Amino acid sequence: MSGCTGCLISFADTYEKLLDILSAVDLVYAITLADEVTKVTETEDKIVIERVYPDEVDIALVEGSICLDDHHAVELIKEVREKSKVVVALGSCAVTGGVTRFGRGGQNPQPTHTAFVPVAEVVKVDFALPGCPPSTDSIVKFVMAALEGDTDYLEMYAEFVKYTDASGENLIKQVISQGLCMGCGTCAAACQMRAVAMYDGKPDIRMEMCINCGSCVLQCPRIRMPKSKGLLEV
Amino acid sequence: MTKPIGDYIEIISARSTDQEILKRSQDGGIVTAAYIYGLENGLLDGVIVADTTEGFKPMPKIAKTREDILSARGTKYSLSPNMSLVKDAVKEHALEKLGFVGTPCQVIAMKKMMQYPAAFRGTVNNIGLVIGIFCMENFPYNGMKTLIEEYAGVKMTDVLKTDIGKGKLFVYPKDGSEPIAIPIKETMPFEQKSCHVCMDYTSEYADFATGSVGSPDGWSTVIIRNKRGKDFIDKMIAAGKLETQPLDMESKFGFAMIEKLSTDKKTKNAKEIEHRIEMGLPVPY
Repeated sequence: MSGCTGCLISFADTYEKLLDILSAVDLVYAITLADEVTKVTETEDKIVIERVYPDEVDIALVEGSICLDDHHAVELIKEVREKSKVVVALGSCAVTGGVTRFGRGGQNPQPTHTAFVPVAEVVKVDFALPGCPPSTDSIVKFVMAALEGDTDYLEMYAEFVKYTDASGENLIKQVISQGLCMGCGTCAAACQMRAVAMYDGKPDIRMEMCINCGSCVLQCPRIRMPKSKGLLEV
Repeated sequence: MTKPIGDYIEIISARSTDQEILKRSQDGGIVTAAYIYGLENGLLDGVIVADTTEGFKPMPKIAKTREDILSARGTKYSLSPNMSLVKDAVKEHALEKLGFVGTPCQVIAMKKMMQYPAAFRGTVNNIGLVIGIFCMENFPYNGMKTLIEEYAGVKMTDVLKTDIGKGKLFVYPKDGSEPIAIPIKETMPFEQKSCHVCMDYTSEYADFATGSVGSPDGWSTVIIRNKRGKDFIDKMIAAGKLETQPLDMESKFGFAMIEKLSTDKKTKNAKEIEHRIEMGLPVPY
C-alpha cells in the first residue's frame, strides 16, 4: 500500500532466518520478493497485465497506509481481507498511518492523493505490528509465533490494532497523566525521531518531532506489561 | 504472585573481594564487581550504569572501563532512566555484550523490549546480562532534594552517598561528617506515586537480582534466576571475585525478611491497584 517499502526491507533483512520463514511458508504474493501470478487480458487495442491476489491466503502482511483517493488500493485491501484468514498491519504506516498521515496532497506522481488512513480504518485487522520499520527481530518473532499459533505471545499485537491514532501523545495521556510513568526511559530509546527526551527521570515529548509511529506506545511497560511466560529466559 | 520472590535457581549471600569496590558500595558491591569482572574478562563490552551528575542527580551513563564504573557506584534512590540508553549503547557505541542494571520495573521494561523488540533493531542479541536490584519504591529527584535539603539539611551538591537500611535513609555528606538519618516514615510522602502499582520487589525477571536485605552488614543477597545469571556468578566465584556464604534461612533477618518485605510490597500495592480500578483509573496489566 502507501509506504516506503522499508518494512519489506526489514522483513528481508532477516538473513538466514528469512530462509527459516520461507521454508515454513509458501510465499504466494510479495511484489519485490517473489514472482506474482498475473492475469493477461488482450483486447483489440491493448494488452492488460494485472497482478492477481491469490485465494485462501493464511497470513497477509500488509505494509503501508491505504490511500482513499486511489480506488485500486481500496479495492485491493478489501480483496486481501476477503481472501486472507489473518490480516496483519506491518509497520507504522499500516498501523497508525505513520508519516503518511502528514500527507496533504500536491505530491508527484499523484498530486491529487491526499487521504491516507491506517489499514484498520478500512478493513478488519487481526494484528498490528508498529515500528518504522518494525525491527527484523520483531518480525521474525511475530511470524514464528503466528506459525506456532502462540496466541499468548500474539495478544500484544492483537490488542495494538485499536491504536490507529498512537503517537507520543499517548505517553502523556495514558501513562504520565494517569500517574503510571516510573521513568524507565524505554520510550526515549524506542523513538528513532528522538522526540522523547528524559528530564528528571520522566519523558518530555516534543510533539512537533513525532511521526505517529506508535513505537513508544507499544514498548511502554506501563501501558501493557509483557506476559510473564518465558520472560525470565528471553 | 504465588512465590513472593519469584522463580530462582539459587540464593546466596555474597560480597566483592575488591577492597576498592567495598569502600563506597552500599553493601557487598555486587553490581560493581560483576560489571568490572565482565568488562575485564570479555563477558561484557560495555554497561549501563546510574551515574550521578551535579547536585547528586542520577543520570544513566555508558561505561566501558573500571574507572567509569567505579565513579558511578552506590545506590541513588532517585530516577535514572537506564533503558533510555540501550539503543545508543548498541547502535552508536556498537556494543555487542551490553550489561544492564535496573530496578524491577526497568528489568520488566528491558525484558518486554527483548520479547517485543519492534522499535529496537538489532538489539536483543546484544544484551549480555540483565541485573536487577531490590526496590521498594523510588523518589523523584525533587522529592529526594526536598528530603535531603530540608529534612537532613545537606545541600544536594554536598551529598557523597545515600543508603537505606534499618528503617532509615542515611545521607552521607562529602565533608566526611556523621551521616544524617531520616526515618523511612518521613520519606513516604515523597515517594513516586507510580511505584505504588508495582508488584515486583526482587526483580523477578532479571538474570540475577541483588540487594542488601537478607544478608549481614557488608554483604548482599544474590538471587540467581536463570542460566545466564548462574553462569556469570559461578565464573565470578571461580575467579575469586566474589566471596560467598549461605543465606541465613533461619532467623527473621535472612530469607524470611526478603519474603516479608516482598509480600508487604505486593499486598500494599495490590490494594492500590484495586483502589485505582474502583476509581476507574487504568493500571498496567
